[in-house]
Amino acid sequence: MDKQMTPQAVVASLSDGMTVGIGGWGPRRKPMALVREILRSDLKDLTIVAYGGADVGMLCAAGKVKKVIFAFVSLDFIPLEPYFRKARQSGAIETMEIDEGMMLLGLRAAAWGCPFIPTRVGLGTDVVKINDDLKVIDSPYDDKEWVAMPALKLDAALIHVDRADARGVCQIKGADHYMDDWFARAAEQTYVSCDELVDTDYFAQGDEARYVFWERSATTGVVHLPGGAHPSSCTPLYGFDVPHFKEYNASAKDGGFSAYADKYINGVSEAEYQELVGGLEAIKQLPMPVY
Amino acid sequence: MSTAAKDYSLAELMIVANARGYDDDGEVLVTGIGVLPRIAGSLAMTTSNPDIMMTDSEAWVLSKPNPVGNRPADFVQHNETWMGFSRIFDNVWSGKRHITGGPTQIDRYGQANISALGGSYEQPKIQMLGVRGFPGNSICHANSWFVPAHNKRVFVDGECDVVCTIGYNPARLPKGYQFDDIDLRLVITDLCVMDFGGPEHQMRLVSLHPGITAEQVQDNTGFEIHVPDAVPTTAAPTEEQLAIIAQIDPHNLRAKQLKDNPAGDRS
Repeated sequence: MDKQMTPQAVVASLSDGMTVGIGGWGPRRKPMALVREILRSDLKDLTIVAYGGADVGMLCAAGKVKKVIFAFVSLDFIPLEPYFRKARQSGAIETMEIDEGMMLLGLRAAAWGCPFIPTRVGLGTDVVKINDDLKVIDSPYDDKEWVAMPALKLDAALIHVDRADARGVCQIKGADHYMDDWFARAAEQTYVSCDELVDTDYFAQGDEARYVFWERSATTGVVHLPGGAHPSSCTPLYGFDVPHFKEYNASAKDGGFSAYADKYINGVSEAEYQELVGGLEAIKQLPMPVY
Repeated sequence: MSTAAKDYSLAELMIVANARGYDDDGEVLVTGIGVLPRIAGSLAMTTSNPDIMMTDSEAWVLSKPNPVGNRPADFVQHNETWMGFSRIFDNVWSGKRHITGGPTQIDRYGQANISALGGSYEQPKIQMLGVRGFPGNSICHANSWFVPAHNKRVFVDGECDVVCTIGYNPARLPKGYQFDDIDLRLVITDLCVMDFGGPEHQMRLVSLHPGITAEQVQDNTGFEIHVPDAVPTTAAPTEEQLAIIAQIDPHNLRAKQLKDNPAGDRS
């Protein structure tokens, strides 16, 4: 079995209006090379589900997004994502703003085939007021009301991992795999970019298989993209690119996204992109900021 | 051992006041969001409540808090348990947690906002972070608020622009809930410490920082707070506490968190 794909084939399998989940967390282990491939395409009207960072900001800035389902969009050391901010402040996008944990429950509900999962999270806040499609229900077992967090069914999920084999066994060695296993399970189609493509026997060594968080049947396609998380991190392989994020953030005030995209994305191949940001070897040397 | 310090900064006074809020918490996960609340949680874990659990803000529970900021290349953190973000929610929903967060707005009900300001919800004037984990935190476990600049832009008249947390607001109380189900603890500001122990959970003045008056606090708050007849002065840090704070924060990042790093005693 060989699930290898090109990034272009991944994007060709997506269509306008789809709901797309993106793994990672803020500036951490985002499938940015796949996001850049979407930015180079004609795709539009996407609903994005993410613990958002520059993935969400770039897609909004490029006009690819109809709706964002989010708890936050942040670059972490730059708290406010500049282009998500612009999109919101111009009223350009629809939203479903929910608690971080509610998003996890929505992905789990989708993964488990449940229409919803009850939770108290969101009660008493604007979360239950601003989201028309979020229902509060009575319980058959007690006298309280509960938020019925709906399944966040994904047409597709995009995830970046440290390494994978051609059959879709995916390994994440960073200290946290975030909610990526739930994104993979919540999606009809899960496309994974990987820094390293390995033989299946790799996972038979030592405890390597302990760092595999979903079985390969949940992986639809594998794209070998070394450095493909840049400018986000893929620890322990590399940290996130602080100067690049600063340049990206500054572009929102000076030049706008078109200037950033003309330099790094539009008509620029991924190999050319990596040369522009210092080359793959430089990416692999990026340190992780300490908190 | 517990000699009250003469020289201390306002940041250090706020750290100590914040730390005191964890004394009786027992075995809970403490999360201080931002430099000063993080130092406060670490101080409490090192001194008054060794049962506290704390993470490295990434994926591990630590048996000893990490110092703040850059650490030596040979530094090894004291991991005791894996605690990736998905497992954080298992802890949140269990209730065994106390966070100190720094909202942009807080209203008379203790409701807080980190999401967006002004305009309409569909088109806010200023988009901030989003609600993050605040809705879940507020209904599942203890919450304290940390306010570096006490003014009417933070303590708003009326409700927060986006209500990210449940508070003591009768109009929003969910069916089957009572105020006792909500656990708002301390509000630590650059002027005072408050809690929600006034009549009907009204925000109440607990202590005034040295040199600050109740009038100053009320004048800088967009709603009426409960002022008891006698309001004590916020206790100064001890020399021992200052020494431990210096170990937790070896690069003195605490000196850069408040404008002009004021002295703790402003009398």
